[in-house]
Amino acid sequence: MTHSSLQLLLLLVVLTDFAVLGTSRLSACIRWIAFQGAILGLLPLVTEGGLTMHVVALAIGTVIVKAMLLPGFLRWAIREAAIRREVEPLVGYMGSMLFGAAALGAAFAVANTMPASARGSLVVPVALVTVMIGMVILTTRAKAVTQVVGYMMLENGVYIFGLTLARRVPFLVEAGVLLDVFVGVFIMGIVVFHINREFDSISAANLTELRES
Amino acid sequence: MLELLIVVMPLAAGGLAYVLQRARARSALLLMIATLHTGAVGLLWVRPADSALGGWLMVDDLGLVVLSLVSVLFLVVAYYAAGYLRTQTPRGGRAFVSCLLAFLSATSLVALSQHLALLWVGMESTTLAVAPLIYARNDRRSLEAVWKYLVLSSVGIALALLAVFLLATAQPVDGGSRALLLPDLISGASRLDPWWLRASFVFALVGFGTKMGLAPLHTWKPDTYGEAPSLVGGLMAGALTSCAFLGVARFTQVAMAAGLQTFVRPLLIASGLFSLLVAAAFIIGQADVKRLLAYSSVEHMGLLVLGLGVGGIGTYGSVLHLINNGLIKGMLFLTVGNLVLATGTSVVSDMHGMLRVRPVSAWLLLVGLFAVTGSPPFGLFISEFSIISGAIREHHPWVAGATVLMLTIIFAGIARMIIDIAYGEPTGADDELSSGGERASFVVGPVVLAGIVLLLGLYIPAPLRAVIGRAAASLGGAAP
Amino acid sequence: MNITPSSAIAFILVLLIAPAVAGVATRTKSVLTGRQGAPALQLYFDLWKLVRRGAVFSETTTWVFRLAPAAMVATTVLAATLLPLDGRMSFIRFSGDAVAFAYVLGLGRFLLVLAALDTGSSFEGMGASREVTFASLVEVGLFLSFGTLVVVTRELSLSGMLGMPFAHHWAANAPALVMISIGLFALLLAECSRVPVDDPSTHLELTMVHEVMVLDHSGPDLALILYGSALKLAVLGALVVSVLIPRGGLPAAGSLAVLGGGLLAIGVGVGIVEATMARLRLPKVALYLAGASSLALFSLILVLWTPA
Repeated sequence: MTHSSLQLLLLLVVLTDFAVLGTSRLSACIRWIAFQGAILGLLPLVTEGGLTMHVVALAIGTVIVKAMLLPGFLRWAIREAAIRREVEPLVGYMGSMLFGAAALGAAFAVANTMPASARGSLVVPVALVTVMIGMVILTTRAKAVTQVVGYMMLENGVYIFGLTLARRVPFLVEAGVLLDVFVGVFIMGIVVFHINREFDSISAANLTELRES
Repeated sequence: MLELLIVVMPLAAGGLAYVLQRARARSALLLMIATLHTGAVGLLWVRPADSALGGWLMVDDLGLVVLSLVSVLFLVVAYYAAGYLRTQTPRGGRAFVSCLLAFLSATSLVALSQHLALLWVGMESTTLAVAPLIYARNDRRSLEAVWKYLVLSSVGIALALLAVFLLATAQPVDGGSRALLLPDLISGASRLDPWWLRASFVFALVGFGTKMGLAPLHTWKPDTYGEAPSLVGGLMAGALTSCAFLGVARFTQVAMAAGLQTFVRPLLIASGLFSLLVAAAFIIGQADVKRLLAYSSVEHMGLLVLGLGVGGIGTYGSVLHLINNGLIKGMLFLTVGNLVLATGTSVVSDMHGMLRVRPVSAWLLLVGLFAVTGSPPFGLFISEFSIISGAIREHHPWVAGATVLMLTIIFAGIARMIIDIAYGEPTGADDELSSGGERASFVVGPVVLAGIVLLLGLYIPAPLRAVIGRAAASLGGAAP
Repeated sequence: MNITPSSAIAFILVLLIAPAVAGVATRTKSVLTGRQGAPALQLYFDLWKLVRRGAVFSETTTWVFRLAPAAMVATTVLAATLLPLDGRMSFIRFSGDAVAFAYVLGLGRFLLVLAALDTGSSFEGMGASREVTFASLVEVGLFLSFGTLVVVTRELSLSGMLGMPFAHHWAANAPALVMISIGLFALLLAECSRVPVDDPSTHLELTMVHEVMVLDHSGPDLALILYGSALKLAVLGALVVSVLIPRGGLPAAGSLAVLGGGLLAIGVGVGIVEATMARLRLPKVALYLAGASSLALFSLILVLWTPA
């Protein structure tokens, strides 16, 4: 039973990936990534190994950081901005969807080359898809906040993969990983706040002064 | 125990520096910690190796090389910073010294870490420690540089984390080897799953390569080195990139031990050549001297990876180049920093005739020109020569030829710019600054660094040669 | 062509209750938006009224205009014969009839488009061009869904995909099939010109897609068109119900009851969507259809991946 609930949660993760990819409202993007963080928090509880203290603590910590603190912090960072909508991304929304579909195919194709023993679970392809779609969002979006959301999705993909190793990698390092993600997004949020103040908007498309002249 | 001290002491001092009120106290603390750190690293050279944290922190040959480089560079930069902070007030204020010390702690962690996930934590910490240092001026360009740096570095770090996880998956579950501990990984290399190991190496090269500034993930470098204060740029180009290279090298060690040479070497060589190509392309016609140095850094990172991929004596050259490049980059950034302070700009067309305005710095710049492009008698000549001859000996003649061609182009580009800066009529350079002359504290550091690089070109002390040789052997190469 | 009692009854049932399904949708929407609304069986009375009226034909139209409504109903009925409406067997089955299903419906739409262009009016032309654009995007999702069903059941005809063997495979591939159902429902909303693709109750021609295409029809022709649209909704609804609930193992009466209940549920579902969502802007419709197609693509990849 845990096996199929794991599969179900992973499917939900992919659906939230595409939801973030297709939405143009900033608040909706942040809400979807918070939802994804909540799903990620449930994942340790359904992976093999049973419910130990360590696993439960990790689940709670993940939910707090990824579903509450970081999205809340991003909402604070954009609160000052009057703009609530994303501008048309560099490749357009249809282009993003196409990239997403291509990433889906590529991730499963790569995962297909895995040694047969590991091919039972959806973890590797879903992790890869999330990483790739995170990169697509990061590179094609114009608003700085959406780029941070893309980064968070990238980290989520890596995190999904890391959960399979919850038994092998010691608790200390997992906590260190979570802390680093938190601090990273925190500092990014501060910079977004400064960008907003400096440029009167949070469009990273404004950050084009530095280039080869 | 000593290793733990080396990592923790600067971090604690960083916290202390944040609460100290007086700037002079902070600078004094910075100098003291830097000196203590270098002393402790020197102790590591003479004492036999022991380990801390149950084997997670241990000094091995490659780590010792990087740690020594970082420590010496930091000491010189700290001395420079003490003088710098007397006249300039960077935006960060109290956080400036704290972040510098945190940076020292994080880079020491990377150098000493035998546990690859801990190494990753250290690498991420260097990103976070350096970011506030880049945002020195309260303007748009600075903000843009910080943003690009943060975004690209964070992506690279996330991919490096994925590489660490993939490596952990490659290790067999049954007992015997502890997870992600380097000595266990190497000794148990034959039992590692090749698919996961290959995937891990690819992500490690991309992730740590972003932090190194390998092309095509180097795009943050020109902006960041261009906008950051020069001493920060020197630390980044000298110490941070070397730590990132250490990340790549660790994964290479494991892959080589597992017998994946035929997979790993072409990737490294291709990355190296591509970085050289990109550097050569963008150095020609460059208009800003700090951005020029950034592309020079890309070039040298390419050389490092190329030497690693070529194998044989090329790997020995890579490790030697690590030291030489780190020191000379620090020297160049500090020197350029002096000139930028004098003219208030880093655009070449506004920086002519420096020999008359700041003679010592301009001479140092000319010396740096020859050093960084690999001319004898400087140390970079030895290391670059080793890399190229390694390429020839390991049957990659085309690689060697391409490298020489691009190094020549780069020499032309850098020479043109530096000669432009040094000679000619001083353009609008403020008379009030030129009359001030050069303060000793701004010049001693670069001179010391240049001296060390010169020394290494003429004579490499035997203990150093032994350590470099062993490090090269662990990376699949050979000592000469 | 094999006609069993249960399949005949199912067929006639669908033909008869099609207007009711559309009526249920409209009634649900009215109730949810706080109005009384027309009774659910209103469409029957409308059809009866229209049939007794005379038709007015524009002078710019030709025989195509007169042919189209009947042809559209005929093609939709033909599509209904291809579906295993009783959960076991359809009237007509051959290998690859899923493709025929899609294109028979497409033929009906094609004839309607021709009729719209035949009138020579720019409103109809505009509606027609929008309709075919959306239809081309719906096709992608539809075939990806069929592809998934083919991979799951290893059968190439609709009776095989949705009939007896289907029940065995359902449990193992449940997540993928649920996603397909959701995707097919989204495509149904597009094919049948419902919110969020097209608002059937709008009176502004510039915002219409399907309605403006059939603006010029009147009398019995209009009755045929209205019936045809309702039948299309019922047929596609039956497809969604068949994918969502495998009826192969049920007794005949149970299967018919599930079909009837499912169709009414589809009607309610459509009504809920119409009440809660607004019509999407036209560029967003392409994104919506791409999203539905991505869902179908994901299901396809999922069933290809799982070594089931």
